[in-house]
Amino acid sequence: MLCLGVQSLMFGQTKDMVLIEGSRYIPLYGRDSTVVEVKDFKMDIYPVSTENYKQFLKDNPKWRKSKIVSLFADKSYLSNWKTDLEPNDSIHPNSPVNYVSWFAAKAYCECQNKRLPTIDEWEYVAMADETTKDARVKPSYNAQILAWYEAPRTKESRIGETPKNAWGIYDLHGLVWEWTLDFNSVLITGESRKDVDKDSNLFCGSAAVNATDLMNYAAFMRYAIRGSLKAKYSMKNLGFRCVQDIKKENK
Amino acid sequence: MRTLKLLLGIVVSGLLILSSCKENDQKENSSTAEIPVSREMIAELTAPPNVPTPVGRRKAKKLIVNMEILEEEGELTDGVKYVYWTFGGSVPGSFIRTRVGDEVEFTLSNHPDNKLPHNIDLHAVTGPGGGAESSFVAPGHEKTFSFKTLNPGLYVYHCATAPVGMHIANGMYGLILVEPEGGLPQVDKEYYIMQGDFYTKGKNGERGLQPFDMQKAVDENADYVVFNGSVGALTGDNAITAKVGETVRLYVGNGGPNLVSSFHVIGEIFDKVHVEGGDLVNENVQTTLIPAGGAAIVEFRVDVPGTFILVDHSIFRAFNKGALGMLKVEGEEEKKIYSGEIREGIYLPEGPGIQNMPTTDEIVESEIPAKSFEEQMEFGKQIYMQTCFACHQAEGQGIPNAFPPLAKSDYLNADVDRAIGVVINGLSGEITVNGEKYNSVMTKQMISSDDVANVLTYVYNSWGNSKKVVTKKMVDDVKKK
Repeated sequence: MLCLGVQSLMFGQTKDMVLIEGSRYIPLYGRDSTVVEVKDFKMDIYPVSTENYKQFLKDNPKWRKSKIVSLFADKSYLSNWKTDLEPNDSIHPNSPVNYVSWFAAKAYCECQNKRLPTIDEWEYVAMADETTKDARVKPSYNAQILAWYEAPRTKESRIGETPKNAWGIYDLHGLVWEWTLDFNSVLITGESRKDVDKDSNLFCGSAAVNATDLMNYAAFMRYAIRGSLKAKYSMKNLGFRCVQDIKKENK
Repeated sequence: MRTLKLLLGIVVSGLLILSSCKENDQKENSSTAEIPVSREMIAELTAPPNVPTPVGRRKAKKLIVNMEILEEEGELTDGVKYVYWTFGGSVPGSFIRTRVGDEVEFTLSNHPDNKLPHNIDLHAVTGPGGGAESSFVAPGHEKTFSFKTLNPGLYVYHCATAPVGMHIANGMYGLILVEPEGGLPQVDKEYYIMQGDFYTKGKNGERGLQPFDMQKAVDENADYVVFNGSVGALTGDNAITAKVGETVRLYVGNGGPNLVSSFHVIGEIFDKVHVEGGDLVNENVQTTLIPAGGAAIVEFRVDVPGTFILVDHSIFRAFNKGALGMLKVEGEEEKKIYSGEIREGIYLPEGPGIQNMPTTDEIVESEIPAKSFEEQMEFGKQIYMQTCFACHQAEGQGIPNAFPPLAKSDYLNADVDRAIGVVINGLSGEITVNGEKYNSVMTKQMISSDDVANVLTYVYNSWGNSKKVVTKKMVDDVKKK
């Protein structure tokens, strides 16, 4: 991916990222073997803001709404921006960028020497609540997340207003859905009940008895939303953040 | 469809297993499948309790159905808010009326403000997932698919997106009617009623915005069981109506997600029931069973005026959880069919037969008058639990739309003498209590002046009321008026 602009490299600093120590865990859906291994990586503390994205558009005209190739974004791409470089007045610069396609999100991260997180990485960090790195057993963890999923039309919130989780990351839950690199690898066909007998190791993100935690409704809903997406879609409640691999010693 | 199609869905949420098995008669299918369609028509969709115009004699058409999914806050009962997920903005969702042979072009639009993906599984569809797979749609997008209605009947549709149970529990169900060629026989009134069970974090009646409680849903421990999405959706001003002599047809569905409905109309016998919404017609039915994810068409002629109560005859659901609706019938009395009360008497097995009720003067005075406020409260509570509790409930909260509250009741606190009068003489007709209108009957209470004083003292000194103390003298003074 060709990135234009020097600045973009500059604001891809790692000071806004934290180190996530990798480990093995059992996600809602097993893939291959059930246990998933996540290597060490760094993750953006915050989702990408409207202001960040504006800078990206300044440096990379081809991702502006008037220029973008229709293969890479549907008509709703940046539909809340009044011009190529100006979001609507109602949008706060520090609100999460939304109405972006997967292609655009991926390009944004790559332009900063980063990438989108995989589902496994994202879910791994998102298991944490404010105090525990795997809070999935706590009823309060699930209930809080569900409360957001259920609430309609949450107002346009700003980045960083939800509680910081145990890794030091904000807004994984409670602000916007987030793109993942392999969002469509956990396959939901849309007929969630049929996914049960999908052969292969592509597990449904829905209603299968092979889910490891039947009560993790919040995770079911995330897998469902991912399954409903196509890479060129953009949506009001969908943003993204980037991660970075740990370089071997010096870069 | 020439082969046996087995659609087996296993639904994780609530370990609810929905399975539908369609074995299609090849001959019948090939006949309805080959009904030609002429012209296009936009389907009329209606919110409950209304249904669209009957198909009548129209030919099969290409029927355009546009349905929008909205996630929005609504009122489950007075003071209790709930976030409903809806097909078309109502629970149950819009009623779809088709005839056999129609080619339905179905567009499902997921509003951009919504958070979640959704889809639709119509039980009237012959095809994998009932359309679920083809209609799975992200917020801000829409999906179109089409199907031909092969089998006449009344069918449920619902969302089948994971977690399925939760989508259904939040209100994502409705009915689609496939009328036979030439339409169903004409009737005077048609209504759309659908039962559903709701699971909230707080107990029944706990105020405020109540989130969905998945543990209760898994345990099938419903806080609310209601018709048409909320307590009171079919009572009071929202009651359905008919006139004496009219034939009423109810399209009754059950969205579940968990409970099976024993649908009954108090004081009516169903002349005809399309059992499970299909071709089989049963006659003279008192209560018909409607499975979760199933439906029935019931018909009856209303012969006498009055209010007929629609219930799930699993009766605690009706009186404690909300599964109660009303059909108000206006017209001339028909004494031959129903006389109303003719006489009232006291039955004394050992005595000389029927006696008249004593007049109030003859009420036996209580043998042990209360000596203190504490005793008044104690005796008053006993009277309350024997006499008042059934309607006004343990905490004086009453029953919405039926029996007014006594707790923090403006009507009660405004006028003690009026309250005494109500207990002694009874009350009927419309009153307004705490801003809500009630129109029901309280019979006069055959209790002594002491007891009236005690029970009212108890009520006035409970549940945030004005702490008045009512004495026997005050009661007697009212009696003398």
